[in-house]
This record gives sequence, C-alpha cells and structure tokens, in this order.
Amino acid sequence: MKTRIDDSFAMLEARGRTGLIAYLTVGFPDVETTLRLAPAIVEAGVDMIELGVPYSDPLADGVTIQRSSQVALRNGVTLQTCLEVCGTLRKQLPLVPLLLMGYYNPILAYGIDAFAREAVARGADGVIVPDLPPEEAAPLVGASRASGLETIFLIAPTSTDRRMEAVCRVASGFVYCVSVAGTTGAREQLPPDLAIFLDRVRRHTSLPLAVGFGVSDAAHVREIGRRAEAAIFASALIDAIAKGSSGDHVERASRFVAELARGADNRVRSR
Amino acid sequence: MARSAGVSYETLPDAGGHFGEFGGKFVPETLMAALEELEQAFEDSKTDADFQRELDDLSRHYAGRPTPLYHARNLSREIGGAQIYLKREDLAHTGAHKINNALGQGLLAQRMGKRRIIAETGAGQHGVAAATVCAMLGMECIVYMGEEDMRRQAPNVFRMKLLGATIVSVASGSRTLKDAINEAIRDWVTNVATTHYLLGSAVGPHPYPLLVRDFQSVIGREARGQMLEQTGRLPDYAIACVGGGSNAIGLFSAFIDDRYVKLIGVEAGGLGLSGGRHAASLVAGSVGVLHGAKSFVLQDEAGLINETHSISAGLDYPGVGPEHSYLKASGRASYVAVEDDRAVDAFQLLCRTEGIIPALEPSHALAYVADLAPTLPSGTTLLVNLSGRGDKDVETVAKALEAKASVRTDAR
Repeated sequence: MKTRIDDSFAMLEARGRTGLIAYLTVGFPDVETTLRLAPAIVEAGVDMIELGVPYSDPLADGVTIQRSSQVALRNGVTLQTCLEVCGTLRKQLPLVPLLLMGYYNPILAYGIDAFAREAVARGADGVIVPDLPPEEAAPLVGASRASGLETIFLIAPTSTDRRMEAVCRVASGFVYCVSVAGTTGAREQLPPDLAIFLDRVRRHTSLPLAVGFGVSDAAHVREIGRRAEAAIFASALIDAIAKGSSGDHVERASRFVAELARGADNRVRSR
Repeated sequence: MARSAGVSYETLPDAGGHFGEFGGKFVPETLMAALEELEQAFEDSKTDADFQRELDDLSRHYAGRPTPLYHARNLSREIGGAQIYLKREDLAHTGAHKINNALGQGLLAQRMGKRRIIAETGAGQHGVAAATVCAMLGMECIVYMGEEDMRRQAPNVFRMKLLGATIVSVASGSRTLKDAINEAIRDWVTNVATTHYLLGSAVGPHPYPLLVRDFQSVIGREARGQMLEQTGRLPDYAIACVGGGSNAIGLFSAFIDDRYVKLIGVEAGGLGLSGGRHAASLVAGSVGVLHGAKSFVLQDEAGLINETHSISAGLDYPGVGPEHSYLKASGRASYVAVEDDRAVDAFQLLCRTEGIIPALEPSHALAYVADLAPTLPSGTTLLVNLSGRGDKDVETVAKALEAKASVRTDAR
C-alpha cells in the first residue's frame, strides 16, 4: 500500500526536487503557534513535518532544541498534546506526511500499542525515536507495523556496515542519515566526508535517504540533494522562529523556509 | 557453601545487556559502535593476564586494597542487638569505592587508545577518582558536574582542579547528577572517536552496568573472605546505600547466590516519600528508560523524569542501575528509603562512637542499620558498606544541624 511518505518522495522525484523535512517542537513557543506554523511552512516549501515531542532529558539534542523543549514542557505539552496537534494538522494538511519524533520514555509511559494505534488514528505517518536502536525496537516496530505506522531509524557516520544492515532491516519510510557525530544544532558547514557516508548507507537500502543534523541553509540543501532524497532541518528553523529581527514567529519561519527551498529546486544528482 | 537452585545470577546480563526485562541499550545510533567497542575491550581484558596483573597491582599499591573490615563494637553496643561490621571503602585512595571502577575503566580506555576521558559526578567522589586516575595515567580529564552539586560539594571541585581536571558546570534541569550525565552523553556523542566516557555508577547502557559491577565486585569478594575470617561465617545481612547503585552491586555480587544472606539497599528518602522530594527510584518509582537503560525511574504519568532531592549529592538521582531493578523484581534484594535527617543523625552517631566520619551516602545505610539492629539477636551479623568518607560533607552537615537548632529555638 502506498503511504503519504511514499507519495511525497515519488512526487519529489517526478519534479526533480530535494525534499524538505522540517522539525517543529510542539508547543514552542506555544501550541497555538505550532498549529499556525505548520501550514505556513508547507506553503513556503516544506514537504514533510516532524512533530517534536518535548522531553525532560533530550540527550541527543543541542542547546536550541533543549531550550525549545523546556519552553514546551512549561506550556504543559505532553505526548498526548502532540497526538492531538497531529490530529488537528491532519485535517488542514491532508497530504503532508506528519512524523512524530521523540524520546522513548514518554512512548513507553503512554503504552507502545496504544501509542501506535492513537498515532495512526490522529493521522501520523511515521515515528522517529532517537534513543531507540534496532536492538531494542522490536516492541515499537511490531506495534507500528500492526497499526500502519512507519518506523524511521537513524544511521550515523559511526555506524559500522553490520549496524547499517541491522538498522535498514527494521527501517521503513526513509532512512534518517545523521550528517555528523554530535547533537542536533545549526552548523556552518556539512562534513566533507558526507558523500562517502551516504554512499555507504545506500548500499544497504533501497529506501529514500534524508540527511539531518546541522542543516542550516540553501547551500546545505543543494549539497545534500546530490546524494540524498531529502534534507531535514530543525535547530536552524527553531532559531529563526525564536530570534528573528522582524515579523512574527510564523512570518520568520516562512521566510527561513523559502530561503532554504532555493536549494531544493533543480536537484542535481551525482552518483 | 549452599548455592541456590534455579536461576543463577552469574549468567546475567544476557548478550544484549538485559537483566530480565531491565537494562539494554537505549542510546542514539552514533554511540552504538562505541558501546560495542567497549564491550569487546572489556571482554578481551578479562582473559588478558597483563591487564589483570596491572589492575591488581594498582589496586594494591596505588588504591590501598584490600580495604579493612572493621567490627564496629562501640556502634553495635550503642545501638544494641546485632553486631555491625563496616567494609572500609572510605579508606581506599581518594576516600571512596569509586576508585575501583575508575582504575578499571582508565586501563580499558588506555587499551582502546582513547586519551580523552569524560566523566559525570554528583558528590564529586567519582569525579575525583576519575581525575586521579587520569593524572596517574597521563590522560586528559573533563568532569561534568551540576551547578547545585558544585555548590554543596565545593571541596571536591577544588580537589579535581588540583588533579588537573577541567570541570564543566551544568546549569540545565535540576543542576544535579542527572543533568551532568545528560551533558556527558552529549559530549560523548560529539567526540566519540577520541573519547572514553568513564561512567561512575552501575547505570547507563550496556556494557556499563556489567563492567562497573565487575570492577566494584572486589568490595564483595574481599568482604566475604574477611567475614569468614573474622566471624567464621557469612553475614546475615549485607547492606549498602543505593544512588545509581555501584557500591551496593559491588557488595551484593559476592553474596547473590548465598540465598540466606539478606541483601538490603538503602535509597535516599529526602524530605519524605509523600511529598515527592526524594530520590528513592526503587521504593517509589516505576519502570522506564533513563540514560540508556530500562530500570526503575522517578517519572510522572507522561514519562517525564522528575527532579529529585537528597541531602546527599551522590544519591540525588532519579534512576538506578538495572541490575538492582532486577534484584528487586526477583525478590532477591529488598530496598528501603531513609530520610535526610535520619542520615544526618547516623552520620553523627558513627563520628561519636567510632571516630569515623562517614560520607552522607553510606550514612543512609547506617541509619537503616540503627533501626534494624535492635530488632535482631546479638549473634546476628550485619555487613555494611561504608562506601566513602565524610570530609566533603562536614559543611552540609553543619548547615543541617544549624537549621535544626534554629527550628528548635523557634519552637520554644
């Protein structure tokens, strides 16, 4: 069965564009703004949205997402809130893939089966859990397959070939390639050996590849487009929302995405 | 020696680092290869005679092992009832059991060719032990420590600096041990190729709970032999404080298959379990994932980790090592909580009766013993792990006593 994620990548392929996947911390700066941000950034060129579930101990995240998560937690946002936000956005954005991204403990506390069922009922297409390697993922993968939720896994530059194979065995939707060993956060440059890393990942899967961590501008997107199907950006967008000099949160986010999207057109592949 | 039938604890954890439903590896993919490398280095070291000889040699001549077992006759008389034996880890180099694990992991890092060491610390005892071993082995040492802990354990901050370590103050979250571990993990994710994370307790992703237990098991092995030598038999109880649980698992590991030796872990009850201002993960927590392992955790209904409180920085942690969760679930060990003020009373009691200033962490175990011993016949023996010395805590205790005195004055 074709999923929204499959359709989105097929459309991008047909148009010769690099996919843009944007991360929003749900409830940053507040829930009402998250609900306005999502349609606005889609309008500005975003193809898929990661709905970030705030967590008290985000150990894979840099300062930007730590702070946005703290704000969201102070606003009382929980996994339940994120599921509700997903449901509301689904009605406004019928075709845009919505991915829930968050740490494992809130999902465990919610109940894995209940989470997978509820996520699909609210219109989510996939789930990304940065602290859940394939070794521990059987319960979530099982529940997600049963409900029709894609399980998107991360591969890092430090992953051995044996690990890449193990990750790709349980991955669905696309593979999230972590550009650099480190936490999330905007960076000046992508690492010089990115192409070699992506070629290694490609040998283990036929799924689309999306590259995240550090993606901050149109040049990064253009570079990623040469070897991968999509670019994921999070901290740079949150920074733009948080501290732009003019306009409100939504205007700043839209401007940032429109600028980034200049790197997504006319995708040049080098294989 | 009567060994138990049924499950042998010696086979745990399994290959994936699971103790029953607990443990495992819940970390970002970036770290997985490093955990596999560490696991391999640890396995190789176990059969490497040179490694074992060097660790043994440093344990004796550098760290001062074996530490004594002391029959605390005055304390036993004062309390009444059972006879109390103290395993004197406070006399190990740097003043706590933490040196056992720091030496072991320091040598492992050397073996892996990693010259940059990062560590987290709560009370500062593990930070001091890590800084000490790095000074001796000539490695760079960076210690993450919560702002709040730096304030209440100031003497240890200065000790670490003297030993050449860089201290990074952590201002996020509750500004204590939990947040220091978060920051250490973020550093490790970023610098994993060159860096070994010298984790100080029996927590975290596999293989840490296993290797920390193994490096701390020297406590239990020695104490078991010393009890046999001094009393002619095994103790009736083995008792230790539990924060992350490394000193307790080190002690318990030697007695786990001796089913009639009762194992009791004492957690920090803080200001009382009812108000939520405590750190008793096993007594009052629920199953969750924190810092890479499934274990008992203090969390809310949404799965967010609670902030904790204990007068003792070393116990002020919302999680616990996965093997303790397994020992609790299987019924092999039991866990209790002791509140701040009772720990302070026990701290003073040991000072007064035996001339030993204990750390606030094991003072929790002593406070439990002060309640337990009088209920037992005088032939009963209690083995208590005195995991560290209390010089670092004198100021905290002075403040607690002042506060108590002013409450009394107000009441008059």
